[in-house]
Amino acid sequence: MKKWNSYIIILLTFIYTSCSNESVETYVSTPSPLEIPQLFEARILNPIIPNDNPQTTEGIALGKKLFFDPILSGNNSQACADCHAPENAFSDSDRFSDGIDGSLGNRNSMPLFNLAWNYDEKFFWDGNTFSLEHQAFVPVSDLTEMASDWQDVEEKLQQHLEYPNLFNLAFGTSKIDSVKVTKALAQFQRTLISSNSKFDKFLLGEAVLTPEEQNGFNVFMDENRGDCFHCHGSESNPLWTDNIFHNNGLDKTFTDLGLGAVTGDPADNGKFKSPSLRNLAFTAPYMHDGRFATLEEVINHYSEGLKNSSTIDPLMKKVNQGGVQLSMQDKADLKSFLLSLSDYEFINNSAFSNP
Amino acid sequence: MNKLTSIFLLILAVFVSCDTDNDDTISNAKMAFNFSHTWDGTPVTNSDFNDLKFTNANGETLSIERLRYLISDITFTSLNGETLKVNGYNLVDVTNNEDLTFEPITFIPAGTYTNVSFIFGFKNEDNIHNAYQDLNSISWSVPTMLGGGYHYMQLDGKFVNSSNTEQGYNFHAIRAVDNPGNRPTFPQNTFITVNLGSVNISGNSTFNIEMNIAEWFKNPNRWDLNQLNQGLMPNSMAQIMMFENGQNVFNLISIE
Ligand code: HEC
Ligand code: HEC
Repeated sequence: MKKWNSYIIILLTFIYTSCSNESVETYVSTPSPLEIPQLFEARILNPIIPNDNPQTTEGIALGKKLFFDPILSGNNSQACADCHAPENAFSDSDRFSDGIDGSLGNRNSMPLFNLAWNYDEKFFWDGNTFSLEHQAFVPVSDLTEMASDWQDVEEKLQQHLEYPNLFNLAFGTSKIDSVKVTKALAQFQRTLISSNSKFDKFLLGEAVLTPEEQNGFNVFMDENRGDCFHCHGSESNPLWTDNIFHNNGLDKTFTDLGLGAVTGDPADNGKFKSPSLRNLAFTAPYMHDGRFATLEEVINHYSEGLKNSSTIDPLMKKVNQGGVQLSMQDKADLKSFLLSLSDYEFINNSAFSNP
Repeated sequence: MNKLTSIFLLILAVFVSCDTDNDDTISNAKMAFNFSHTWDGTPVTNSDFNDLKFTNANGETLSIERLRYLISDITFTSLNGETLKVNGYNLVDVTNNEDLTFEPITFIPAGTYTNVSFIFGFKNEDNIHNAYQDLNSISWSVPTMLGGGYHYMQLDGKFVNSSNTEQGYNFHAIRAVDNPGNRPTFPQNTFITVNLGSVNISGNSTFNIEMNIAEWFKNPNRWDLNQLNQGLMPNSMAQIMMFENGQNVFNLISIE
């Protein structure tokens, strides 16, 4: 009997709340959930979307406009897209990117795609920032990048002819603040999904690999030759990265400590996040400091250029001989395979280009 | 319309509550499996990693940089020989100090069981290539040229080799395989059935299970890291040696 009473109360509460909801007109932007590619849906876990920042049509459109707008930089001269350009899979072709005053950082710009599948949500080469929302705070005020002051940015946007309305459409308020700017940027960046490379199509039965690409894939997967799959994914993990930090043998001593500077643990010195191997055709130069201009240089590094140090990853082989010494044929085929992971539809997608 | 929904919810709530009420009469117990690690009795956690502090049976000094392994197919065998299987599998990730305790959702009726067992790795019928999204997402797969499916264990680190230099080792356990390529063959099973013996379950229980990491290098095969350090996945002889050495690495310490 007691139970029944409580159910009736619950019932009444439901009715009451449903009625009161009807009387208040709250604005809701249009939900626009990510379209998860078939292969990702089949093979890997769902992307990470924070509860307090759902994807909406208006939020994504606003984020896109902000991404391409130099208004976020101190002297209105530099947009995110200057260092993250669509034709470079949202990286840039410089070794180090110029900030607004020409000052250089010490890291290579990172390509931006499939960011919602970075399950640990550790961003940057050294993983120093948690979540895409927090990430976007950094470049705006970074002195070697956009060198802005967030208060100035908020004011500039608030005075702008269009932005207050766009924020209203996206978040239900025209009062602009940095949190909403970063939320919109994150929403747009989560839509940057790359899943249409030749190799993806091969896995879906829509394309055929050349014998070179097939052998290159075998080199990649062979523990005694490339053994790349332990860190860079495989057909089972089509992100082509583990998003984990490793020292892949670039240096004997480190000028940039990477993860070690973030954790303070010397065992992490010289460790950087494994980059995805998608879209390498567009993202040269390579490595955290852009030291390699070509894929040949990268492959030669793994084959015979490894440098020993106490934190080198135990997966690196024959380090005292510089590596496993791949044959010329295996090297060339490995390169063909790597290039088959490049997604031309992604870089030409008009949904991602400058509005 | 809204009122209709509420009434529907009301009915649903009554239905669900009746359901759970009935359950209370059966005494089902919740199980937890807690994995700890030692090197011949000395506790090992991830804070002991990256340090050449261990010595194996063959006398090599070594470090651990990564250790993760899969357990699956927990099975309770009752007095009349019936088996009760616990759903799911668990990847024990010592590196990140995560999932050291597996709390399956399956409840076990109180009573006496002649044996509790689990599988180190996957039984062949569960070892299905690409079948598990969570394992794919953490790059736990085995290349198809080696038969596909999943790793059983990844134990990576460095050892001091016979010319006194540090060198990497990758002690990766998988299903032993020959003839890598399009038609690999499998010489023998290398997943390990770990029997914990008979137990009496009277309520919610935690099984404290210990892995002695040193045992992997000891018995019956004294492991020589100078000979067998990397490229062990395509080496069926090495896989069979791991299988043999793995028979006694797990011990049930206590049930709480
Ligand atoms: C001056 C060039 C430059 C500008 C402008 C710039 N970035 Fe970057 N971006 C970089 C560099 C360099 C890195 C890597 C930095 C590091 O790891 O220390 C990076 C890293 C990132 C990452 C991390 C990706 C990952 O996978 O971890 C994201 C996300 C990103 N930028 C988004 C943005 C956004 C959003 C903006 C605009 C608000 C922006 N960037 C502006 C150069 C730039
Ligand atoms: C132990 C893990 C590991 C293994 C194994 C490994 N890599 Fe890497 N790879 C990394 C890390 C970490 C980086 C970034 C290093 C840095 O910038 O300091 C990287 C960078 C790269 C890059 C540069 C990508 C970019 O956008 O800058 C390429 C290309 C690459 N690896 C290809 C390979 C190939 C091919 C193999 C196999 C021959 C391989 N890797 C094996 C961890 C690994």
